[in-house]
Amino acid sequence: MSATTVTFTADEMMAVAASRLLRDGMVCFVGIGLPSQAANLALRTNAPELVLIYESGTIGAKPSQLPLSIGDGDLAETATAVVSVPEIFAYWLQAGRIDVGFLGAAQIDRYGNLNSTVIGDYEKPKVRLPGAGGAPEIATSAREVFVMLRQTPRTFVPELDFRTTLGRAVSTVVTDLGVLEPRGADRELTLTAVHPGIEPDAAREATGWKLRVADGLERTAPPTDAELTALRALTTRDDR
Amino acid sequence: MAELVSLAEAVDELVHDGDAVALEGFTHLIPHAAGHELIRQRRRALTLVRMTPDIVYDQLIGMGCARKLVFSWGGNPGVGSLHRFRDAVESGWPVPLELEEHSHAGMAARYAAGAANLPFGVLRGYAGTELARQSGSIATITCPFTGEELAAVEALRPDVGIVHAQQADEAGNVQMWGITGVQKEAVLASRKAIVTVEEIVPELEPRPGGLVLPGWVVAAVCLAPGGAHPSYADGYHERDNAFYVEWDAISRERETFAAWMAQHVLGTADVAEYHASLGVAA
Repeated sequence: MSATTVTFTADEMMAVAASRLLRDGMVCFVGIGLPSQAANLALRTNAPELVLIYESGTIGAKPSQLPLSIGDGDLAETATAVVSVPEIFAYWLQAGRIDVGFLGAAQIDRYGNLNSTVIGDYEKPKVRLPGAGGAPEIATSAREVFVMLRQTPRTFVPELDFRTTLGRAVSTVVTDLGVLEPRGADRELTLTAVHPGIEPDAAREATGWKLRVADGLERTAPPTDAELTALRALTTRDDR
Repeated sequence: MAELVSLAEAVDELVHDGDAVALEGFTHLIPHAAGHELIRQRRRALTLVRMTPDIVYDQLIGMGCARKLVFSWGGNPGVGSLHRFRDAVESGWPVPLELEEHSHAGMAARYAAGAANLPFGVLRGYAGTELARQSGSIATITCPFTGEELAAVEALRPDVGIVHAQQADEAGNVQMWGITGVQKEAVLASRKAIVTVEEIVPELEPRPGGLVLPGWVVAAVCLAPGGAHPSYADGYHERDNAFYVEWDAISRERETFAAWMAQHVLGTADVAEYHASLGVAA
């Protein structure tokens, strides 16, 4: 990788770091939003043969621009196959054909459990979030799960307001500050890398529990020019 | 055999206050025109069923048509929250909204069970999620052959299923193509089905990946060109991405929402007038 010559934002670093987790030939069930952005970046950089699956039933989509929803026409037109929604969940996800589930969330706890349902009490929520979508089964049927979300004390919480999705298969969490992975017998999320310019204390302060930091903490390589160019082309749509 | 009738007649005849109604569509082919007709005819106390409630359900909820929502993901795709849905859940406005909440895999299994006329669907699902505690329609069963514990979900049997398709022929046979989501299951799970279509053709031409529903499983077929707007109909019109963004501002406050609905839905007679009011070609 050549060194970058331009500045980049924390969100851009997060997208690039997440995209690097994906490899050619992986079959990835992807959620809309940040994960979709990172997966589409991977298709254009280090993993052109990544197989992207969206819950609308599109298998092997290679969208020409970043989709706004999981059912954009571009996804169907570029897909290897388009199947029904019951089929994508039963024959493809549940049957064990997915290598990686790639999810976002509003809250995460130290074991990678996710909340995308409510902030506050379920019966009388302070904020009603969209809800589970495909996440509960993606997280238990895919062989491993990557999670992407911005790291703040509001998102990295000691106790979830609602456990939408089990964190058992979460192998990597990428944030705007660094990378966390489950470590130790209890598989608690542990800071294993920080992004350029970020000190471990910043990650500690952004975490609602006492964050463990790995021995031999790594530093993420900054985005390359090629990665940044591809990401910026992807996030600049002409119709929104 | 499906009757070719106007959408207003179909809703008047087939959808009643208190019914469970599933308007399905997965980003593509969302039956907005039918949702608008439910609002115009002031249906009340509906149980609305849908995997991915988005703008049209935000409109139905904000206009007080719904008592209950059965769903798995409610948002404005690619934009953010549904403000009318949130207002109903968080503040009970305009009426309280009961929730029956599932995952996508669970809802898909529920529709498939309903379509197969089984009492429940089965899946490897809901492990470790608190959703199972919130909904009475999720249970654990043991496989009689392997002993594996699995999730059972109650079948969905809506009173009325409503979908939008590209074409019907004069006998009421329907064809849709592109992303067809869970629409086949929703139609077959429902006691009665209404299909709105972009056009009525003398004879259906088979399309690659085309999904055909014989006219005899559909109660009414209604011509509604542009009836998916702001969703899209592959081969007819594109997704109005800008509208999804605009909806965030329109729906954020009760007053702007009510004014928009008064002008574009209550103040229009059908889908053609709706499009004229938006200045969008059908």
